[in-house]
Amino acid sequence: MVIPPFETFYAAHRDEVFRFLGRRLGRDRAEDAFQETFLRALRAYPRLRHGEHLRAWAYTIAGRIAIDEHRRPRADADLPELASLDGRPAFAQLEHLADELPPTERAAVVLRYGYDLDYAEIGAALGSNATAARQAASAGIRRLRRKEPQ
Amino acid sequence: MNIVSPDLDRRFRDAAAQEGLLDAAYDLVDTPIGKLLVATTERGLCRIAYDAEPDREIELLARTFGVRVLRSAKPIDPARRELDEYFDGRRRTFDLPVDVALLAEFNRRVLGELARVPYGEVVTYGELAARAERPRAARAVGTVMNRNPLPIVLPCHRVIGANGSLTGYGGGLDRKEMLLRLEGAIL
Repeated sequence: MVIPPFETFYAAHRDEVFRFLGRRLGRDRAEDAFQETFLRALRAYPRLRHGEHLRAWAYTIAGRIAIDEHRRPRADADLPELASLDGRPAFAQLEHLADELPPTERAAVVLRYGYDLDYAEIGAALGSNATAARQAASAGIRRLRRKEPQ
Repeated sequence: MNIVSPDLDRRFRDAAAQEGLLDAAYDLVDTPIGKLLVATTERGLCRIAYDAEPDREIELLARTFGVRVLRSAKPIDPARRELDEYFDGRRRTFDLPVDVALLAEFNRRVLGELARVPYGEVVTYGELAARAERPRAARAVGTVMNRNPLPIVLPCHRVIGANGSLTGYGGGLDRKEMLLRLEGAIL
């Protein structure tokens, strides 16, 4: 799939990414995070090798930035950290573990367990629906379990 | 509110250009002869299109200059200002840098000669071919004019047929006539 011009990518996803950031961060912080999300996407854009899963990609960047924002100490913020056993953020561990999964399963697993998105959000990111997202995430988890050394 | 406000949208587009992250920026510019789609790279103006279908133009820009194509007003402001002045009759030459680096050598040479044809004057296709040191290439010069990526700024409207007829114009003959009338080249 050909990589679309950035304008096309941006116009297609800006509103949903902004809504997603708004739910995570509140409106004020969402504005900064929004700009950072698309600037980061723009910096990485020439390195993309194909135009598939761009929506999930946008959500992944936004999710990462939302987490960075959460970590930033803010007087007006009382939002919980994502739990992580050894101090490394959950998404970082998962992205590595999930490397070999098929793209849809990988995106579903990372977005669900790394970024704590609900299945409706993941379905939206993947261009499907909550049911399909749940199935992709469980298929991914099953596959990861099979790979796990006993 | 759950959509991106025009203000936030504009701030992102400005920041993207400001940080030098774009292969090409474009915007629409209102003129007395219609809306123009105007695009620029870091090197200079790279496209002026009449009656543009934005989706198609954006695809073309992405294929030519790179995928980071974004609508952004600020990089286009200098061109907007010079075009406004031109259509007001307050400007006779454009000072904007142009980016024609990707064109074929012959096209660049012909467009270079074209750029020297003064405001308010006309040349024939044959004369322009001669100035480009290809005296028998009048027809090829016609093709270069037809594919001129920067009409108005590179003044292909000043090129006419040997019999004095306006011949043709990418933006339509009406516009060629209006531009020549604006410049006082025809009454």
